[in-house]
Amino acid sequence: MHVLRPFFVFLAFVAIVLIVRFFYVPKDFGIHERGYMYGWHRKSNEEEWKQVKVKYQGMEYCKDCHPDNYKNLMGSPHAIIQCENCHGPAIDHPSEPLKLSIDRSRELCLRCHTYLPYPTSNRSNIRGIDPDKHNPGIECSMCHNPHKPNLGRSR
Amino acid sequence: MTRREFLKKTLIAGGSLVLSSSFLELIKPQNIFGEKQQGTRWVFLVDTYKCVGCGMCVRACKLENEVPYNANVTRTWVERYILTKDGRLLADTPKGARDGFITSRVDLGRGEYKDIKPEEIEKAFFVPKLCNQCENPPCVQVCPVGATYQAPDGVVLVDRKWCIGCGYCIMACPYGVRFFHPVYKVAEKCNFCYHRITKGLKPACVQACPFGARNIGNIKDPDDPVTKIIMKERVSVLKDEYGTKPQVYYIGLSKEVR
Amino acid sequence: MPGFLSTITTLAINLGNPVVHGEEWTIKELFVYPNEYIYWSIQIVLYPFMTGLVAGAFVLSSLYHVFGIKQLKDMARFSLVFSFALLFVAPMPLLFHLQQPFRGFHVFMTPHFTSAIAAFGIVFSTYGAIVASELWFLYRKYFVETSLRLKNKLDRTFPENLKYFITTLLTLGSYDISEKALHRDEKAIKILSGVGIPVACFLHGYAGFIFGSVKANALWMTPLMPVIFIMSAIVSGIALCMLTYIITMEIRKLKASRPGIPYHLREEIRGVELNEIRMTSRYLIFFMIFAISLELLDLVFRGYTAVKSWDVLRSVIYGKDFTNIFILQYTVGNLVPFISLLIPGLTIKRAVITLLLVLFGVFMMRWNVVIGGQSFSLSFSGYMHYELPMIPHNIETFKEGLGGMLVILVMPFVLFWILTKIFPVFERTNLSH
Repeated sequence: MHVLRPFFVFLAFVAIVLIVRFFYVPKDFGIHERGYMYGWHRKSNEEEWKQVKVKYQGMEYCKDCHPDNYKNLMGSPHAIIQCENCHGPAIDHPSEPLKLSIDRSRELCLRCHTYLPYPTSNRSNIRGIDPDKHNPGIECSMCHNPHKPNLGRSR
Repeated sequence: MTRREFLKKTLIAGGSLVLSSSFLELIKPQNIFGEKQQGTRWVFLVDTYKCVGCGMCVRACKLENEVPYNANVTRTWVERYILTKDGRLLADTPKGARDGFITSRVDLGRGEYKDIKPEEIEKAFFVPKLCNQCENPPCVQVCPVGATYQAPDGVVLVDRKWCIGCGYCIMACPYGVRFFHPVYKVAEKCNFCYHRITKGLKPACVQACPFGARNIGNIKDPDDPVTKIIMKERVSVLKDEYGTKPQVYYIGLSKEVR
Repeated sequence: MPGFLSTITTLAINLGNPVVHGEEWTIKELFVYPNEYIYWSIQIVLYPFMTGLVAGAFVLSSLYHVFGIKQLKDMARFSLVFSFALLFVAPMPLLFHLQQPFRGFHVFMTPHFTSAIAAFGIVFSTYGAIVASELWFLYRKYFVETSLRLKNKLDRTFPENLKYFITTLLTLGSYDISEKALHRDEKAIKILSGVGIPVACFLHGYAGFIFGSVKANALWMTPLMPVIFIMSAIVSGIALCMLTYIITMEIRKLKASRPGIPYHLREEIRGVELNEIRMTSRYLIFFMIFAISLELLDLVFRGYTAVKSWDVLRSVIYGKDFTNIFILQYTVGNLVPFISLLIPGLTIKRAVITLLLVLFGVFMMRWNVVIGGQSFSLSFSGYMHYELPMIPHNIETFKEGLGGMLVILVMPFVLFWILTKIFPVFERTNLSH
C-alpha cells in the first residue's frame, strides 16, 4: 500500500523532532507549582534570578565609614533620603567601586525642590523654587549643604 | 450472553471508565492552574498621596536591575496627572520619570509642551506603576514557549535563555509594563527585585523612596503591615475589568488614572 | 519622504543610546506609557497576509478535487504548487521579526498550548504534510516515469543527473503506476483535499485568534477576528492564484506566438484562460461579500455598544486611520474591484487590475488590524504613529523595514519558479490526475 508512504515520512520528521527535543530541552523543564497555564517553565531559572548581584546596600552600610555625614543627615529633613539615591549604588564600595559619584547638578535637587503646587499631592508640601527664576545655572550646593540642608539661609 | 462475552464487555466497560476518569484527572482545574500554595505571596502597596514624583525609584530600579540607563524603557515609572479647572486632563511621564518632574510644563509628545499655571489646577498627583504580578497573568498565558512563568510566591519571571523574543507577552499585558531588553533582546519587566526580596531585602524602588510611597509585603502573613492596610483600609487596583487580579494595591487611586 | 527624514533624525538622536526595539519607527503623541512602542510592525502584517494566501490557494485547489468543479482543473494543480511555495515563505516574516530568531524552534521543543502562537508548530507541520502528500500523489506518475526514463539514459548531463536524483528520491520507493494504484492515488488526493480545507482554515484562523484573543488590545479583541481573517485569506488566495495563472498563461501565449506554430493554438490558450478567470471570479465575489460583511458588523457593533475604549478607537478609525481604512481598504481594495467583477464581459486586462486591487485591499486589512491596533496607547489617551523604515541603517531597520518587506513579497514567486522545476505545472501528459 504505497498510499501510506507520505505518512511514514511525516512520522519520521516527528520522530526527529522528538529526538532533538530529548537532548535539547533541559530536564527540569515542565509543569511546576502554578500548573500548566502559569507554571510551564525551566525550574532552575528561578534560582538564576535569585543569584543576581545586589547593588543598593542601604544607609546602614554607609554609616560606619561616613559617620559625620550620616549624623548630619539623620538630624535633618533629608534623613528620609537614602545616601545611594544621590551617590549611586554602593555595590561593594570601597573595593568596587573605589569612589562613588558626587552629583552636583541642579537637576538632582530639582527632582523634589521644583515647587509644584499640586492639590492632594505631597509634592505641594515640599518647599521649593522656580528653577528658571532662582539662581538659574548655578549649582545648588554652592549655597546649600545637602547633608545639612539649610533652606532660607546660605552656608 | 456467554461468559466470554460478559467478561469481554466488563473489561471494555471497566477499561473505558478507568481511561475517562484518568482523562478527567488531567483536565482537573487544579492541575492546569496549579494548587494554592501556602507560605508567601508577594503584594505591593502604593500610596499616591505620598508620591512627589522625584523619580528616585526609577533611577534606583534601572541601576539595580541593569536596564540601560539611557534606553527609553524602564521596569517601573511614575505618571503625572493634572486636572484643570476647565475639566481638561493632562498626563505625562518624561522618560518614565527617570529624572523626576523638574518642570511644571507637561510633555505632550512630538516636542510639544504645555505649561499649566498654578491657578488653573484643580488637582494633580503622581502615580507610580510597575508590574502587577497578576494572579491570572495574561502575559504568561500567551507565551508560546514557556519562557515566562509565575513562581510559587506569585512573582512573574522571564527566562532570558529561553525567550524567543516574539513579543506576544508585551502585547498581552494590559498595563504596558513589559518591553524588549535592548541588550539581551528578550522580554523584560519588573520582578519585584526578586534577587532582593528572596534575601529579606526590600526592592530597590521601595528602599529608594524617601516618602514611603512604595511598600512590599506578604499577603499570607496577617501580621505584615502592608497586609493589614490592604485588608483593613480602602485600596484599589488598576484595570480590574480585565480579570487579571493584579497584586499592586493603590491608596488614593483617582478616576482619572489611566 | 517623511520616512526618510525621521530615520535620519532617529539615527541622530539614538547615537550613543541603546536602541529599543520599536523606537526607531514609533512616534508617540500625547500620553503613552513609557514602554509602549509599535513592537509588531511590517513583518507581523505580512505573516497573516502570507498564511492567508496559503489557505486561499489551497481552498481553491480543493474546490476542484473535492467538489469536482471541472472548469477549475488547470487552476487546481497550479494553486496547489503555489500553496506549497507560499508555505515555505510563510515562516519567514516570523524569523525576520523574532528578537531571537535562532531560538524560533523552541516552539517545537516546549510548546505552551495556552498560547495561540504555540499552535503554529502543530498546525504548520500538519498542513505542510497534507500539501506535500497531496502533491506527491498528484505527481507520482510523473516522478516514476521521469525516473525510469532517465535511469535508462546512459549519458546524462548534470541537470539531468540532478533531476534523476530528485525524482528517484521523490518516488519514495514506490514504482507501481498501474490503473489500480493511480485510482488509489485519486482517492487519496480527494481525502487529503477534504481534510486539508479545515486544516487550512485552522492555519489562518489561528492567526486571527492570535489577535482576537488579546484582551489588552481594544481593537483586536473580538470573537469575529478569526472568521474575518479566514474569509479575507480565501479572498487573497483566490486573487493571487488567478493573477499568477494569468501571468503564466500570457507567457505560454507568447511562446505559442512564435512563427511556425498554428494560430489556433494561441486562441485556444486565450479561450481557456478567459473561461477559467470568469469562473473563478464568481467565487471571489462570494468570499469578498462575506469578508466585508463581517468587518462592517464588527465596526457597527463597536460603535453601538460604545464601551470604554470606543472614544479612542473612534478617533483612530474615523480620524487618524480614516484614509487607510475607508479609502484604501474599503473603497480601493474592496468596492472598486467588487464593481469591476460584477460588470459583465470581464477582460484579462480588467481582471489583472481588479485582482491587484483585491490583494492590496487584503494587505491593507492586515495593516489596519496590526498597525491600527498599536496606533493608540493602552492609556486610551495617546497615539503612536508608525513609519516604515525605508532606508536601513542597521539589520533591524532592514528586517523590519522596506527591505524585509520586499524580500518576503518576492520570495513566493522565486520559490514557485524553483518548485515548477520539480513539479511541472503545465505539462499536459505524464500527470496522474
